Amino acid sequence: MDLKIKAWRQKNANSKGGFENYDVQNITEDSSFLEMLDVLNEQLLGEGTEPIAFDHDCREGICGMCSLFVNGRAHGPDTEITTCQLHMRKFKDGDTITIEPWRSGGFPIIKDLMVDRTAYDKILQAGGYVSINTGGVPDGNAIPIAKIDSDEAMDAASCVGCGACVATCKNSSAMLFVSSKVSQLALLPQGKIEGKRRAQAMVAKMDELGFGNCTNTGACEIECPKGISIAHIARLNREFLFATCKD
Amino acid sequence: MTKLNSKIPEGLVAEKWNNYKAHQNLVNPANKRKLDVIMVGTGLAGGAAAASLGELGFNVKVFCYQDSPRRAHSIAAQGGINAAKNYPNDGDSIYRLFYDTVKGGDYRSREANVYRLAEVANDIIDQCVAQGVPFAREYGGLLDNRSFGGAQVSRTFYARGQTGQQLLLGAYGALNRQIEAKTCTMYNRTEMMDLVVVDGKARGIITRNMITGEIDAHFGHAVVLATGGYGNVFFLSTNAMGSNGSAAVKAYRKGAMMANPCFVQIHPTCIPVHGDFQSKLTLMSESLRNDGRIWVPKNIEDAVAIREGKKKPTDLSADERDYYLERRYPAFGNLVPRDVASRAAKERCDAGYGVGTGQAVYLDFKTAIERLGEDKIRERYGNLFQMYEKIVDDNPYQTPMMIYPAIHYTMGGTWVDYELQTTIPGLFSAGEANFSDHGANRLGASALMQGLADGYFVLPFTVQNYLADELHTPRMNVDEQKEFIETKEAVKAHVDKLMNVNGSRSVDSIHKQLGHIMWENVGMARNEAGLKKAIDEISSLRKEFWNDVKVPGTADSLNPELEKANRVADFLELGELMARDALHREESCGGHFREEHQTEEGEAMRDDKGFTYVAAWEYKGADTPPELHKEDLKYEAIEVKVRNYK
Ligand SMILES: Cc1cc2nc3c(=O)[nH]c(=O)nc-3n(C[C@H](O)[C@H](O)[C@H](O)COP(=O)(O)OP(=O)(O)OC[C@H]3O[C@@H](n4cnc5c(N)ncnc54)[C@H](O)[C@@H]3O)c2cc1C
Ligand code: FES
Repeated sequence: MDLKIKAWRQKNANSKGGFENYDVQNITEDSSFLEMLDVLNEQLLGEGTEPIAFDHDCREGICGMCSLFVNGRAHGPDTEITTCQLHMRKFKDGDTITIEPWRSGGFPIIKDLMVDRTAYDKILQAGGYVSINTGGVPDGNAIPIAKIDSDEAMDAASCVGCGACVATCKNSSAMLFVSSKVSQLALLPQGKIEGKRRAQAMVAKMDELGFGNCTNTGACEIECPKGISIAHIARLNREFLFATCKD
Repeated sequence: MTKLNSKIPEGLVAEKWNNYKAHQNLVNPANKRKLDVIMVGTGLAGGAAAASLGELGFNVKVFCYQDSPRRAHSIAAQGGINAAKNYPNDGDSIYRLFYDTVKGGDYRSREANVYRLAEVANDIIDQCVAQGVPFAREYGGLLDNRSFGGAQVSRTFYARGQTGQQLLLGAYGALNRQIEAKTCTMYNRTEMMDLVVVDGKARGIITRNMITGEIDAHFGHAVVLATGGYGNVFFLSTNAMGSNGSAAVKAYRKGAMMANPCFVQIHPTCIPVHGDFQSKLTLMSESLRNDGRIWVPKNIEDAVAIREGKKKPTDLSADERDYYLERRYPAFGNLVPRDVASRAAKERCDAGYGVGTGQAVYLDFKTAIERLGEDKIRERYGNLFQMYEKIVDDNPYQTPMMIYPAIHYTMGGTWVDYELQTTIPGLFSAGEANFSDHGANRLGASALMQGLADGYFVLPFTVQNYLADELHTPRMNVDEQKEFIETKEAVKAHVDKLMNVNGSRSVDSIHKQLGHIMWENVGMARNEAGLKKAIDEISSLRKEFWNDVKVPGTADSLNPELEKANRVADFLELGELMARDALHREESCGGHFREEHQTEEGEAMRDDKGFTYVAAWEYKGADTPPELHKEDLKYEAIEVKVRNYK
């Protein structure tokens, strides 16, 4: 199929960006979206234009590195996938495809379609772990956990840290991201011990880094490539309230 | 004369690690913060090691090329991690895990290392559970296990089809805690460009900031490479786009020998290639072979009809199908090791029985769905089935999956001794980057085990042992020390050289061509003529690269083409070394299959008299062939036998 690509180009964090239009031809339906961009980049290279910079690594939906806003939707027109899992069969011959980076104050643009998501690391550094050292821990089976809790913790833990929830939220809130870690650990006995402290520290860091408030629109849940439910936000709120009341 | 000293401790194999720990040197708590460690890589090996060394109080500088340590390619591991807990009470033990790993590796690994690996594996599970890794559980609340290839017990722990992700997030959490505690400093989007050696010891690295292009120098009393595998030398593999062999190659040029570079694992169950624009291959976890049955049509006419779209796989009855693994290997069936399963698929496809493009076989869940119900299968493999459906647009609950072998893992890597120290003192290598504990073939679910074993439970001891003698080495000033200045200048010159070729070929086009040479000649089946051809072709492709590559943009800004060019330049060197190693190894073992050395039934034929050694290659200069060193492998606890899965 032949396509028109309207892509955001921006030299670096400080320069002003804008859309550029390109044509690509002979894309097969079985190609992935990023392979289509590879073809376009190879073409630009031949024409002496600098290729479009975009983040990607695993190309199988798990590293969370890819991050494109395609035709107005985070990770494009499909559900429960990342951009690298999007395939061209979702488009028709002759379509115009608009590609933008994540747009959020918390994620400044680095170049073209690449953004800086180190804010996510900082939030997790504030408390997204169980504070134990290597060694001297009990036997794995000494801590029985109900399967239902463990399964739900796993649902929350499947977050890939891509940033789609923030990019989709009109308030740029990182609540789904924060809640996935808080909820995972709150559901497990190992994590419960410092649950309150964790919730407070991570929410404080999120606020400090300029992410917005959650107004429960639920948009994040729809675009989350891993289908993480906003029920986890409710659990975070409980943990947080509990912690604040206790203080 | 051989320069290799593997430093295997005294005693029976089961006592060596305890003996080592009892006699190693330690650093007192107050002195630890005066010692710097450079950790390149944040996968399971690097992430776990950085966190553990930080917890001990060392000052750790950590590097990765992604935008966050959490994205190291360990994240993509699906199936699981082995340990000899024997929770299912099915006869497992440390010895059996050790034995299976040595046998699975076709008797080409170092006994002492493998025993230690099996010994600490149980601690890994405990550690990860304590971190809150949500492993799969039984209704009674205890941990669940599944089976993997090459074992007759269930010893694989898993977290749905996302085990690597969960283990890595555990290590990343531990690393984050140390970053917060300021024992670890993280450098994201920073690529190691070279190693700095001062007076024969590794003392630091030169890096390139991938956003600004800045070239910097970093000092460390010790340097650890945990940079993953080099499977991308084949262009198409299950590795991430950025996975590379550059750190290992730069260290190789500085004197760290490369061991068994030709030992590459080809994974039998990957989604087949769809076309020329393909950028990577996707793995379908080996765990699927627990419940999936592999087959091709029994009659060649049916295979042709299926390829032409005139018949569907579901049209064929059970006796029109050839479940060739169950037929050839009744004892292990669909769970034979990877090398055996891959070659068997290639054999059927080469004989004309392939489906799809002809380079594919079926992996069928019909029997399992009938036995267990669709819900159980969804619970076990739901995310893998979803992944398959998104890529291929076919529903694997209804029609069998199509799969074909693909490059997956590199058993070869930087040579290390028992302490995981390379032939350069002070330079350590861990995880997939070292030549590891897997011999000529790695068993499923044992790379995660090895990465975390190295990171949590080996390096914290062995690096400390090395650093105990470094207390009196003051931190070097990288702006004044001659070796740092010189290496930095050399890196800048290398970058300029890449930018200034200004030819006509894109980096990818050359990389694809290299991948093609490698897959055809240094892939699943190798022979003398093909390997010699590969050496010639790679050497002329390397010349072409340096005469005709085109790197657009500038060196002092974000430039993905420059990053790729730097990696491909190193792959061109590594590819040739792999072919040389494969040529010299006149036997078939594990993943290394020389067509000249096979039985009448097409099984691999080892030559234990001639080749029971690790081949370690020493760099001798750009235009001189490398020199071969041999580390003889001695088996004391295990009797070397012909590997038999029948
Ligand atoms: C799809 C897939 C599925 C797998 N499934 C399983 C499984 O189920 N069970 C199992 O046991 N094994 C599995 N494996 C194998 C296993 O995942 C890997 O061998 C293992 O995770 C490697 O870990 P590592 O820490 O050595 O390297 P990686 O996780 O690859 O980490 C490499 C690190 O080095 C950094 N790096 C690399 N080069 C540079 C440089 N030049 N400068 C700076 N940083 C650099 C990267 O940024 C990264 O942080 C799988 C592998 C793949 C590809
Ligand atoms: S590239 Fe890894 S999730 Fe898309």
